[in-house]
Amino acid sequence: MANFLMKRFLQAVFVLLAVTLIVAFAIRLTGDPALMLTQGAGSVTEADLMMIREALGINKPFFVQYFDFLKGLFSFDFGRSFMGGTPVADLISKSLPATLILAASVMFISIVISIPLGIKAAISKGKWPDQLIRIVSLIGLSFPNFWLAIMLVLIFSIWLQWLPPSGMDGFASFLMPAFTMAIILTATNVRLVRSSMLETLQAQYIMVARAKGLSENKVLYKHALRNCAIPLITYFGLQFGGLLGGIVIIERVFNWPGLGTLAFDAVSGRDYPVLQAVITILSMLIVSVNLLVDIAYGLIDPRIRTE
Amino acid sequence: MSANRFSASLSRYKSLEFILGILLTGGICFLVVFSDFLFQGADKINLSARLLEPFTHAEHFFGTDPLGRDVMARMVSGGKISLQVGFLSVAGAVVFGVIMGLVSGYYRGFWDVIVMRFADVQLAMPFILLAITFIAIVGGGLANMIFLLIISQWVQYARLVRGSVLSLRDREFIQSAQAIGVSHFSILFRHLLPNLIGPVIVLMTLNVANNILLESSLTFLGLGVDPLTPSWGGMLADGRTYIQNAWWVSVFPGLAILLTVLGLNLLGDWLRDSLDPTGRTSR
Repeated sequence: MANFLMKRFLQAVFVLLAVTLIVAFAIRLTGDPALMLTQGAGSVTEADLMMIREALGINKPFFVQYFDFLKGLFSFDFGRSFMGGTPVADLISKSLPATLILAASVMFISIVISIPLGIKAAISKGKWPDQLIRIVSLIGLSFPNFWLAIMLVLIFSIWLQWLPPSGMDGFASFLMPAFTMAIILTATNVRLVRSSMLETLQAQYIMVARAKGLSENKVLYKHALRNCAIPLITYFGLQFGGLLGGIVIIERVFNWPGLGTLAFDAVSGRDYPVLQAVITILSMLIVSVNLLVDIAYGLIDPRIRTE
Repeated sequence: MSANRFSASLSRYKSLEFILGILLTGGICFLVVFSDFLFQGADKINLSARLLEPFTHAEHFFGTDPLGRDVMARMVSGGKISLQVGFLSVAGAVVFGVIMGLVSGYYRGFWDVIVMRFADVQLAMPFILLAITFIAIVGGGLANMIFLLIISQWVQYARLVRGSVLSLRDREFIQSAQAIGVSHFSILFRHLLPNLIGPVIVLMTLNVANNILLESSLTFLGLGVDPLTPSWGGMLADGRTYIQNAWWVSVFPGLAILLTVLGLNLLGDWLRDSLDPTGRTSR
């Protein structure tokens, strides 16, 4: 187990290095921020541009900049934003909680809904509840998330006027962004739960549990679900990257002040340090979730722990 | 008896899935491909007919947009972008990914390491952010978007194919082919490829659907094709501004995306089940 975790940890570090390197390189191809900043400022000499570049620290060679970035990473120092000079770390620590709370609740809502529905589909395999769940979930995963968001705004903000159409202001403003993503994620998860459940329900220990006269609920939720947990946690963990990608778009639609909104503003302003920090943070999140998944294996399955 | 009825109802449902999938996908492809003959004036601006309500005018059945353009005509013609991106990106990713997967699984070694590490990195990259960054560099547009999807998706096919090759390469029929001196090229493309193409086709179908969603998201965010070209994502971005008083401009293009993607997902689902009779992987 320790060996396995060590290997996974090194792999994670490698992935993060590769991601940050690619991003650092790509971002520097997007254009010269000195030119962006001086746009419409009248006559700008080459000397002015040089001065701006020096002030922003983008006149140094690429690898020096990248190395500085890595060094800063350890002390949560991402430099200053090109726009207004705020420390990037401040911007991140303001936006990160907004994104995290959205991601966590989407995951939570979707798991809470999809487990009972997936189990229902599995135990009624081929009968109408299964087919209904299957059709509804197929439709659900065909939804463009941003369009679902617009439709929810149309219904709940414009027609019914129950919920605010955008911004982050209390519980009501949080419902639509969370449910937009949760609906789509649940559509996928129901199918995952159903298929792992079907596989597990064929096992002999399930027959034994039933033969012992345990209640059906106990068989399903205690014996079967626990044994499904490993593949399910893997899937849920792997989905996290896609989920964050979706949240980035949804944040834009709902004007939710998270990392996605921050990233979009950074792109249009060629704000390298901010964009680089956002992508790094998001990749770190994804990589750590996948590491946690590996650790969770050991906690759930004693067979892996003792190996 | 009950088992019989069960399997009968299952197979009826399965064929229903196929029929619905083929009708939706085929119908939409037909409309889009022949859109220039069926609908004229997708770009015709008519400011005297701005924001006409749907179902009230025979010549503008789905209403008109803020510039008086016919929503239905633009919707059908906008499908061209989505379908092109969907199909071409998958075609490119498949060709490259399958070759890389065959080579890495068969020869192992260097190529194998490259493919697997690429896969790790790719899994940790939030695609949308990658897309935003790259489109900021090279600009939007059809070709760039297709290229971006290819470089971000070939790894999926490579991994899938690599896995199958690993399980097939030591089987007798491959060993005998090697023993009688069949060339590596021939083993890869004539002996291995046909044996692993099933799951690849399933993944392709689902990815066409997925890429149509990604394309429309990027265009919606203003990062995709030129806003003047009719496209589903672009229409939705326009429509969003007018959603207060003109719901139809945002509803119909979204429905077009939904139905297209649903059709492809139905087909992909049906294919997966028909290629895997044990139903073990059906999810």
